[in-house]
Amino acid sequence: MSARDEVLARVRRAKVSGSGSGAAAPVPREYRAAGTRGPGDLELFAERLRDYRAEVRVVDADEVPTAVAAALRERGARHIVTAPGIPPEWTAGWAAEQARAASAAERAAAEQVAAAAAEQAAPQVGEQVAAAAHEQAARGAERAAARSGTAELSDPIGRIESRVPLGGDAREALREMLEAADAVVTGCHVAVAETGTIVLDHDAADQGPRALTLVPDYHLVVVRAGQVVAGVPDAVAALAGVRTQTWISGPSATSDIELERVEGVHGPRTLEVVIVRDTQ
Amino acid sequence: MTTFLGMPAGGGNLTGEPFPQAAREALGNAQLRRNLAKATGTIRAKRANVVGELPDWAQLRAAGAAIKDDVLANLDEYLLRFEEALTSRGTHVHWARDAEEANRIVTDLVRATGTREVIKVKSMATVEIGLNEALADIGVHAVETDLAELIVQLGKDKSSHILVPAIHRNRSEIRDIFRREMPGVDPGLTDDPRALAEAARRHLRHKFMTVDVAISGANFGVAETGSLVVVESEGNGRMCLTLPRTLISVVGIEKLVPRWQDLEVFLQLLPRSSTGERMNPYTSVWTGPTEGQTSHVVLVDNGRTATLADPDGRAALRCIRCSACLNSCPVYERTGGHAYGSTYPGPIGAVLSPQLTGVDRNPTLPFASSLCGVCYDVCPVAIDIPSMLVHLRERVVSAKRATPESTAMRALAWAMSDARRWRRLVRLGKFGRLASRHVPLPGWSTARDLPQPPKETFRDWWESSR
Repeated sequence: MSARDEVLARVRRAKVSGSGSGAAAPVPREYRAAGTRGPGDLELFAERLRDYRAEVRVVDADEVPTAVAAALRERGARHIVTAPGIPPEWTAGWAAEQARAASAAERAAAEQVAAAAAEQAAPQVGEQVAAAAHEQAARGAERAAARSGTAELSDPIGRIESRVPLGGDAREALREMLEAADAVVTGCHVAVAETGTIVLDHDAADQGPRALTLVPDYHLVVVRAGQVVAGVPDAVAALAGVRTQTWISGPSATSDIELERVEGVHGPRTLEVVIVRDTQ
Repeated sequence: MTTFLGMPAGGGNLTGEPFPQAAREALGNAQLRRNLAKATGTIRAKRANVVGELPDWAQLRAAGAAIKDDVLANLDEYLLRFEEALTSRGTHVHWARDAEEANRIVTDLVRATGTREVIKVKSMATVEIGLNEALADIGVHAVETDLAELIVQLGKDKSSHILVPAIHRNRSEIRDIFRREMPGVDPGLTDDPRALAEAARRHLRHKFMTVDVAISGANFGVAETGSLVVVESEGNGRMCLTLPRTLISVVGIEKLVPRWQDLEVFLQLLPRSSTGERMNPYTSVWTGPTEGQTSHVVLVDNGRTATLADPDGRAALRCIRCSACLNSCPVYERTGGHAYGSTYPGPIGAVLSPQLTGVDRNPTLPFASSLCGVCYDVCPVAIDIPSMLVHLRERVVSAKRATPESTAMRALAWAMSDARRWRRLVRLGKFGRLASRHVPLPGWSTARDLPQPPKETFRDWWESSR
């Protein structure tokens, strides 16, 4: 007999031997069920998130780009990754800031190089070389200026597709990319006010594959008011049929040393949430 | 091996030395008792807070118990449904009668990948079956990635708690273990929990990025959808479940819930009961292999069907491994988990371990309790552990041949079953005043004095004073 058949046979034998087997009593579901508590309370949601020491910003819809930019700026993020399907405007503010900063930095660097070259060259080789260095510096600054604000600038935002082929070099490349990223930006599927929980659907384009939100040390999630539900049953109902999920409640944490909570072990050490109010 | 109705028993890490002996050693360790008192005291307060927040806790608890009873009453059907849902999505399903078979299945799968190393998500089932030892036998190193499991592994120690296996260690002991055993660790490492967690992060980061085979358990398996659920805090579970190419999940057959909807109950009961949080930091759900992974599920019996066969004991299989009963138990708080000798310590271990192995291989555990009942009060799936302990004590006693104690008890039953006989015998008790000074009663008189029978019986006094 195969192990499968034997285990099943044992289960059936156990059922026969035990009195009251077969039909168990119907499950009493007298707890607060899905859909009975109205929409999630945004203030409670924010409070519960802060309880886990997550960073929270509550903004209007038109403030999202500014809020995301401010969050990433304060974090000092230089290279971010995002889920492929997030609305481009979420990161547009930050991208513009980066571009301005990059061109300014490039211009300043070029001028510095030119000045240094002129200083060094002048006494030794004479006016000619110094003039050439100045010219070069000027061209560098012009190039930088021309590139600023255009798509030509090397994109600091990597978008990770949701179907990443595993195996071989692609996998290595993905890991390297994620490890190099300072921050990840995604949306979410549903959020629970009572527990301060955010749930990602990894088949959704604006939430991305699982590794995306796991490897970078900082995770920024944009949650729309309409996605916030009151309790766990509401979230479970909203997640029926969603194949791959991650429920996130605050940053990674452990209580393994004397049962004292420490934030930040293997997952992102900082979780930041931008809650978008309904505009109506 | 006698188990209930001759059902085959489970093997693996479920037995140790008799509880009274092991407990005596543990009680002599003052450091251990301090560590345990501090940790369990902290967690009890946290649990009470977050449980008190929910106005419908009692209703959730009733639903949790009923859902698990439904699973147990119809386990064969739910197992088949689960298997069907898993295989239809491309997950490979394996069945194991006992620990040995489960280990053979997993080691064969690991061997086929050619890896020398696997990363592990904390899993009670794999500790129960002794998987790490089985992997070591084929030359494969299992890297525990949960912080507490890592502390236990590096300290060449044993788990003493379901949720926090290193609960018996305090911060400076952990620092010493890390300094001694963690390759490349900063020799100036302090005992600040933050610094210790950071050291573990650095140590494991490279493993997560390079090891290609992971082994997990599961907190829940949804029969209806074939979804597996892992509930965790640190993110090590997510790392293991996501990055490796091969994922092997070892799941006890009682871990099922019938419907997706049922998680709305358990995802409220479990985090509040275990870590005392409204929600644990991470819960991963996966339904079929994800992102190109190869996924295996090993369904393990190992004594669970023997437990199922006892109608008065089967409710122990409702257990969702939250550890609230351990944290609340006055016995556990003083002896710690090692004294129970099993992967499952504390009150739940005292009812589960003897049923998984058969009471003959764990005859002392049902007695490792004062029957105070706090374990039942805090259990999120309402397992009546005290009644079950009494039931198992009866099974232990009836399985044994006559002992001086059982002979004495039988004699007492005979004496007390007739009022006149009893009255006459009690009068004779006076003579016990002499006997009690001279007759040692091992086991009874080591920790307490044998009471002196009074000079006059109550009945005699009553009659004479009326």
